[in-house]
Amino acid sequence: MATISLPRPRHGRGRRHSPLPGLPLTLTVTILWLTVLLLLPLIALFAKSVTLGPAHFIDAAFSRRALASYELSFGAALVAAAVNAVFGLLVAWVLVRYRFPGRRLLGALVDLPFALPTAVAGIALTAVYASSGWVGKPASVFGLQLAYNPIGVVIALTFIGLPFVVRTVEPVLADLGRGLEEAAATLGAGRWTIFRRVILPEIFPSVVTGFALAFARGVGEYGSVIFIAGNMPFKSEIAPLLIVTKLEEYDYAGATAIATVLLLASLLLLLLINAWQGYVLRRRSA
Amino acid sequence: MSAKNKAISESFTTKLLLVLAAIAYVGLILVLPLASVFTEAFRHGLAAFKAAISEPDARAAIKLTLTVAAISVPINMVCGVAAAWAITKHDFPGKNLLITLIDVPFSISPVVAGMMYLLLFGAQGWFGDWLLAHDIRIAFAKPGIVLATLIVTLPFVARELIPLMQSQGREEEEAALTLGAPGWRIFLWVTLPNIRWGLLYGVLLTNARAMGEFGAVSVISGHIRGETNTMPLQVEVLYNEYNFAAAFAVASLLAGLALVTLVVKTLLEWRHGDQLAAAGH
Repeated sequence: MATISLPRPRHGRGRRHSPLPGLPLTLTVTILWLTVLLLLPLIALFAKSVTLGPAHFIDAAFSRRALASYELSFGAALVAAAVNAVFGLLVAWVLVRYRFPGRRLLGALVDLPFALPTAVAGIALTAVYASSGWVGKPASVFGLQLAYNPIGVVIALTFIGLPFVVRTVEPVLADLGRGLEEAAATLGAGRWTIFRRVILPEIFPSVVTGFALAFARGVGEYGSVIFIAGNMPFKSEIAPLLIVTKLEEYDYAGATAIATVLLLASLLLLLLINAWQGYVLRRRSA
Repeated sequence: MSAKNKAISESFTTKLLLVLAAIAYVGLILVLPLASVFTEAFRHGLAAFKAAISEPDARAAIKLTLTVAAISVPINMVCGVAAAWAITKHDFPGKNLLITLIDVPFSISPVVAGMMYLLLFGAQGWFGDWLLAHDIRIAFAKPGIVLATLIVTLPFVARELIPLMQSQGREEEEAALTLGAPGWRIFLWVTLPNIRWGLLYGVLLTNARAMGEFGAVSVISGHIRGETNTMPLQVEVLYNEYNFAAAFAVASLLAGLALVTLVVKTLLEWRHGDQLAAAGH
């Protein structure tokens, strides 16, 4: 299709200067905003952890109790993100591909964890999964304790993480053309083979992104976890809770060391996720 | 045609099973907990519910939550719009760094976010002595709660507006400029109508998080009853006192807010989906 396009001396690398006003003002506001709210506090945290000295820092950051809490926070986040990678993909698939009564309601409900305050989620999950609850009671008949142990932590993180996977996979699945599937079907491939060999490779990068986002969120999660976790040191104590405990004991040094480890882990995850998304975008457009 | 469709579609039974599995999962993980909030809140009847939410500490918590949201949401709205304007309507070095920085609060644990302010403004913090000398209280007081709320809700408006304004380009604003309109008028008359639904969407999410934030606020509030307890903190206090009915009564107000947020969000996505950034949540 031939179109006559007006000369557009814009949107190129050659552009030097936008004629629009407001840069000094808006950029100043932005930099002030980020400095006061984010950079200054970050610097305060790093400065505090530097003043601890390496020996003290390592003692506090990697004490046995701290290590147990990282293991739980990272391990439970990993399990919950994996569960959500499977079921999030299922929910996204059903929302995009099928038409059924209640589909829009289901789609809207998926965002509930973004809207429901974490403390409310925490007490609600406890009410449902504790041994007197709607799910906890039948489970306890089989000797299964779902609350006040690491399983409870996984349940809370599963709640928090679901929308990350669904909302990441959904648009990719919706954009997926059916041409390749038709071609594969013409060649005699069954539905399961087509899903595994044609569809899954296309959507897998977005499943990985959703998994990583859910995992990153889960590692730092606090409100929804502490009610259902049981909070026993070495057993069911997540890292953010250990920070709070240290703060309540006025052990700022100990809290700072653990917080620095968590912060570095989440910044690393953020960079990895950004790099992965950039890689996926480039691969798709190539 | 129909044979072809059949070949790239699942059998009815498979579809039914997959739909039921998805509904069961969402039901188990999301719907049951939501339902339990309301059944627990009204377990002892409407009168008990009303008593629980009109009790003085509960009312103070509701008032504080509304106040904190009323301060922090406009600040992050204005700053988020300013950031989106600078980033999408101009070119300058370090732009990508700025975008990444705006994302950082989403990845920090709320507890760590709240704690950083304690290191700045707490008694042992950088400004602790100075604040004490001047009798200014930030930590364990309302300003600290506002700061903690500001950092956890910092990205929402900017994250919504940046991709949206990037996709809209600069032509319309540049045309207005050629016609001699001053900057603030270009923004109000040209940009704002193009981004209003996206802005509302961002503000909606900011507000939901501002009213519901727990971890960051918990660290810096000091949990002073009737004074520095927001609604989510009040829920925790009541719950830990085994006053479950009252805890769930206050929680049900927050759950109601979440439902209203979801309804408005869904309406915005249906009616104005074309004016929202493609980047979902």
